Amino acid sequence: MVEEVSQLNVTAVKPKAEVIDLDFYYGSTHVLKRVNLVVPDRQITALIGPSGCGKTTLLRCFNRLHDLYPDNHYNGEIVFDSAVNILSPKVDPIEVRMRIGMVFQRPNPFPKSIYENVAYGLRVQGERKTSVIDDKVERALKSAALWDEVKDRLKSPAYALSGGQQQRLCIARALATEPELILFDEPTSALDPIATSNIEELMAELKQQVTILIVTHSMQQAARLADYTAFMYLGEMVEFNRTLALFNSPLNKQTEDYVKGRFG
Amino acid sequence: MTTHTELGTPRDLTEIRQSISRRELIDKLFAIAGLLVLFFAILVLVALILQMAIRGWPRLSWQFFTAFPSSSPEEAGIFSAWVGTALVMLVTAVVAVPLGIASGIYLEEYARKNWLSGLIEINVTNLAGVPSIVYGLLALGFFSQTLKLGDSIATAGCTLALLVLPVVIVTTREALRAIPRSLREAAYALGASKWRMIWDHLLPYSSGGILTGVIIGLSRAIGETAPLITIGALTFIAFLPPAPLSGNFPYLSFEWLKAPFTVMPIQMFNWVSRPEEAFQVNAAAAGTVLVAMTLLMNGLAVYLRYRFRKGIKW
Ligand SMILES: Nc1ncnc2c1ncn2[C@@H]1O[C@H](COP(=O)(O)OP(=O)(O)O)[C@@H](O)[C@H]1O
Ligand SMILES: [Mg+2]
Repeated sequence: MVEEVSQLNVTAVKPKAEVIDLDFYYGSTHVLKRVNLVVPDRQITALIGPSGCGKTTLLRCFNRLHDLYPDNHYNGEIVFDSAVNILSPKVDPIEVRMRIGMVFQRPNPFPKSIYENVAYGLRVQGERKTSVIDDKVERALKSAALWDEVKDRLKSPAYALSGGQQQRLCIARALATEPELILFDEPTSALDPIATSNIEELMAELKQQVTILIVTHSMQQAARLADYTAFMYLGEMVEFNRTLALFNSPLNKQTEDYVKGRFG
Repeated sequence: MTTHTELGTPRDLTEIRQSISRRELIDKLFAIAGLLVLFFAILVLVALILQMAIRGWPRLSWQFFTAFPSSSPEEAGIFSAWVGTALVMLVTAVVAVPLGIASGIYLEEYARKNWLSGLIEINVTNLAGVPSIVYGLLALGFFSQTLKLGDSIATAGCTLALLVLPVVIVTTREALRAIPRSLREAAYALGASKWRMIWDHLLPYSSGGILTGVIIGLSRAIGETAPLITIGALTFIAFLPPAPLSGNFPYLSFEWLKAPFTVMPIQMFNWVSRPEEAFQVNAAAAGTVLVAMTLLMNGLAVYLRYRFRKGIKW
């Protein structure tokens, strides 16, 4: 995709992260093709596109989860805070993951207590003081709008929670360490409509404190939630713009077909 | 529309119903046949154990557990045998458990999948099927002679540890493999290092499965006779190994590791090979104790699995 598609004046937004000419391969399968993207600071950016176009793959580049498996490799950069290329081999992926949180497609709480789930990131970062951990756990659960529901049973197993509560717990777990960017991979695809709207409300509030990059297969969700939207197709970044502009006046034919529901 | 109903549907439906009920009949027949076979197998096992228990019952007294072997059957007991079995099992567990778990973790989580790890994997799985006497020969050469451990509890423990090791490795790997990728990724995404992820998550979540493997391995080892005879376990021992605790500094003593020993199955074997009927009764009594020990260990395995799985699901 070499065509200049973005009408957005990219220099006007303050980027939290900037993807530059990113290529990604699973073994020899070329999945991301020279992807460029700006993730504006403390805004919600949505990645949309038909299933299999590489949204999850792109998202998982941001916290270097791909490093866990041999045979994956990247070319290109993701510049964080206009300072470091977090894909550089010199950067420790563990440090990246401490600054960039992630919420997965299916709720995946640890089979531990509610409290321990939220405290885990803090413990990993070396926090030992119980009072500090107590405090931050409470704050994270409040930010995730879960505190009132669980404050009397922090020690009970996370698996006793409903799917929507589990997903909010996973959000609290990601929030506890106060990351600067949180990645959401279709966080509501396994949830019912009420739990979904709870989580959408929650994200809208969270953007005061933290930058959000969310993958969604639902265009309605992107339209409701996101300030910026990027449309991907077959591993390429087709169009990136303010959400309203992208949905109302797409510049690219493929984008137009997709947002009008003509394919995907 | 009408032709469709008249021609197709009713006949089709009766045919489908017939075929369904035919299949249900086959289902039921198979279930009954399976149940019968199972029942028969269990019946044979229970009958064998019961027969032995009834035969040995008169000898099962406090005296039987606290007496050394003797040439008169009424005075003979299994004191040295069960102490020997307990100590040998202790050494086996101390050697096999850490080694087995560490190997399992390495193979499952660290080793890159290539021809070498494939080869190791095939070997580990096959080790579980090697006849135990072969381990005895290996141990005789290596532990007993090369390492100069002699015919001791240490040699026996290490030999049986070799026997248990593949079981522990295989169950550790299976328990680890059962933990979904999403949980590992959740830990990594919070910044956990690989070791931290294993320590905080994989080990606690798999401990039920691993423990089950350990106990099943040990209950296999507890009945082993052949490899211990190969390394020279004695059949007649009328003393206990030195006590592990002593009155003076450094209080702990490891002399017992070097002591000669006997174990329950060897004691049994010894009695069975005597001509006197009274010794046969002793053998049956010792066999009953051995079976009880094994069943107890298996029961413990079941209980532990239940306990550990209770709070942990995904
Ligand atoms: N682990 C993997 N190994 C090989 N190919 C993969 C792997 N994961 C995803 N893919 C392929 O990469 C492409 C993009 O996948 P993904 O990023 O999951 O798409 P999306 O999230 O947009 O649905 C798909 O064609 C998929 O088949
Ligand atoms: Mg996806």
